[in-house]
Amino acid sequence: MATPAPGATPAEAHATVPDSLTQVFRLSRYQLREYLFSRRFLVLVAVVATIGGIITAIVGHYRGALVSDNLAFYGSFWGGGADVVIVLAAVFFGGDAIAGEFQNKTGYFLMGLPVRRAAVYAGKYVAAFVASVAVLVLFLLILLGNGLYYFGTGAVPWQLGVSLLLAVVYLLAVLGATFLFSSLFKTSAYGFVLTAVLFLFGFTILQALVADLVKMEPWMVISYASPVIGNVFAPNASWALTGTITDVRAGPGGPVLSQVYTPGILEGVVIMLAYFLLTAIAGLLLFEREEFA
Amino acid sequence: MSSPSIRIEGLTKRFGSFTALDGLTLELEGAKCVGFLGPNGAGKTTTLKMLTDMIFPTAGSCYINGTSVQADRKRALSQAGVLIESPEIYPSLTPRQALEMVADLRGVPEPEWHDRITEVLGEVKMADWADQRVGRFSKGMKQRINIAAALVHDPEVVILDEPATGLDPRGMAEVRAIVRGLKRRNRLVFMSSHILQEVTDVCDEVALIDRGKLLFYDTLENVKTRFSGGIVSLDVGLARPLVDEGLVRKVSGLPGVASCTALEPTRLRLQFSGGREGREALMEGLVGLKIGAISLGEPESALEEIYLKQIARGD
Ligand SMILES: Nc1ncnc2c1ncn2[C@@H]1O[C@H](COP(=O)(O)OP(=O)(O)OP(=O)(O)O)[C@@H](O)[C@H]1O
Ligand SMILES: [Mg+2]
Repeated sequence: MATPAPGATPAEAHATVPDSLTQVFRLSRYQLREYLFSRRFLVLVAVVATIGGIITAIVGHYRGALVSDNLAFYGSFWGGGADVVIVLAAVFFGGDAIAGEFQNKTGYFLMGLPVRRAAVYAGKYVAAFVASVAVLVLFLLILLGNGLYYFGTGAVPWQLGVSLLLAVVYLLAVLGATFLFSSLFKTSAYGFVLTAVLFLFGFTILQALVADLVKMEPWMVISYASPVIGNVFAPNASWALTGTITDVRAGPGGPVLSQVYTPGILEGVVIMLAYFLLTAIAGLLLFEREEFA
Repeated sequence: MSSPSIRIEGLTKRFGSFTALDGLTLELEGAKCVGFLGPNGAGKTTTLKMLTDMIFPTAGSCYINGTSVQADRKRALSQAGVLIESPEIYPSLTPRQALEMVADLRGVPEPEWHDRITEVLGEVKMADWADQRVGRFSKGMKQRINIAAALVHDPEVVILDEPATGLDPRGMAEVRAIVRGLKRRNRLVFMSSHILQEVTDVCDEVALIDRGKLLFYDTLENVKTRFSGGIVSLDVGLARPLVDEGLVRKVSGLPGVASCTALEPTRLRLQFSGGREGREALMEGLVGLKIGAISLGEPESALEEIYLKQIARGD
C-alpha cells in the first residue's frame, strides 16, 4: 500500500486508485472528449447531415407516394439509413480505437497507468458507443423533422421507439466487431477497411451465399438480422424468435424458384446480441494478450 | 511499511528464436537511483516493458513493492511512475489536461490536482506551456510532459527509459535535479541511460547488461574500484603548467600512486589505489609538493572506461 514515506514533503499526492468500473467511465469521458473535438467527428456529422439533406430533398421533391403512409416513410428512410449511419460511425470511432494506440504510440502513455487492460478496452468502447449514438440521434432528428412536417406529431409510430432500440443493439454489435478487428491489427487502416468492407457488403454477400447455395436460413450472418430495424415498421412484422420462409414462385401455383428468409424481430435481437457478446469477449481476450512491443 | 523496491526474478524474453533478455535477476530496494546501462539492443527497454506489463515475460516475473506486475498490473503500477519509449500524448490535449487525466485515473483527489500539476510542470519547466495543445510540441517538450506525467501522483518507484531522450543540455540537467529530489524524498528510481555522465552524477548503483545478460550490479564506487583491480584513475588539475619532469616522478612517489602521466601541461592522470584515507593523504602530499594542485577528482570518463571494457569483453 502507498504509505507516505518518512521525510516526504507536504506536496505529496495521496492517490488511491479508483475501482476499475470508475476508471472505465473516466477513461471513456476523456476518450469521448477526444472524439468530440476531433476533425473526424465533424466530418461524420457533415456526412450524416448530407445524407439527411438528400433524403429531405428527395422527399420534398417527389412527395406523393413517399409521404402517403407514415409507417412506410419511417420504415424506409430510418430503416434504410440508420444501418449505414451506424456502420459509418463504427468505422469512424472504432476502426482505430485499439490499433491507433499502437500506431500512434499513445498506448505507452495509457498502459503505464494502473488500469486493467479490460478497463482500457471497455472505456474506449463506451466512448465510441456514445459518440456513435450522438451521430445516430442527429440522423433521427433530421428524419423526425421530415416526419413531423408531413404527418404531424400524432403520426409518430410507436415502432420508431422500438426501431431506435434495435438500432442501438445493432450498434453494439457493429462496434464490438470493429473493436475486435482493431485489436487484431496494429495498423489502423486494416481495422477501418475490414469493418467497412464486411458491414457495407461483405456480410450481405455471405448471407446470399448461405441462403441461395446452402439453402438454409442465414441466421449466423449479422446482415440477415440488421434489417429488423426497418422491418419492425411493417404492419405484419413477425416478432418471433424464428425466421419465416417465403417461397418465391414463377407464378401462382408455379414451381418454387427460391426461398426468401425473413428474421423475426426477437430473432434479430438475439443474433445481434450474440455478435456483440462474442466479438466483445474475443476482442477483450485478444487485447489482454496484446504486447506493446 | 518497507522501503520502495523492485524485484526482477529470472526474467527472460524471447522474440521467436531470439533471446532479448536471458534470466535477469535484480533486486533494488531503498531510496536511491539505479542506472540501467547497456549498449543498443542489450535488452534495457525490453526489461522495463516487462516491469510495467507492456509486454509479457517468456519466463520469470517482476515485483514492484512486492506486488507481482504480471499477476496484478493495476496494483503494482499504482505505486510506480512510468516513462517508457517516449510515448505520444493525445495531440488535442494540453499538458494540463493530459496530467489531469493521469491524476484522475490514478485517483489523485481532485482538490490536489492543480497544485500537483503546477508543481510537476514547474519541475520540467513547462509551466508556460500548460494550456497549449501538445500536438505541436517538439520532441523534447513532449518528453518533458512525459516525465511530468510519471511524477504527477508522487510515486514511490520511478521507472524511466532514457528520460533524457530529446532533451537539450539544460533539460538533462533538470532531469538530474529531479532525480536528486526524488532520492531525497525516499523514492526509488530505476533509469536506463546512455549518458554515462548523467549516471555518474545521480546514480548510486549501476546495473550493466549486454545481449540480454547481466554483467554486474553494484554501487557506483564498487564498480569503479572493482573493475580497475582496485586502481582508479584520478586527475590532478594544476594552476600553472608543470615544467619540471622531476616533479612528475615525485608525484609518482606519493603513497598509493602507481603511475603519473601528464595529460596536458596543467593536468596529471594518476593511477591510484587506496581508500578514502589514502586519498586524503594523497591530497596532502600533492599540496606539500607545491606544484599548484587545485583539484583532485575522478576523470569524467571513469565509468565510460569500465563500460567500454566490459562490453568489449563480450565481443
Ligand atoms: N517486438 C520485438 N520483436 C523482435 N525483437 C525485438 C522486439 N523488441 C525488441 N527486440 C529485440 O530485443 C533486443 C533488445 O531490445 P531493447 O529495445 O530492449 O534494447 P535496449 O537495450 O533498450 O536498446 P537501446 O539502447 O537501443 O534502446 C534487440 O535486439 C531488439 O531487436
Ligand atoms: Mg531502449
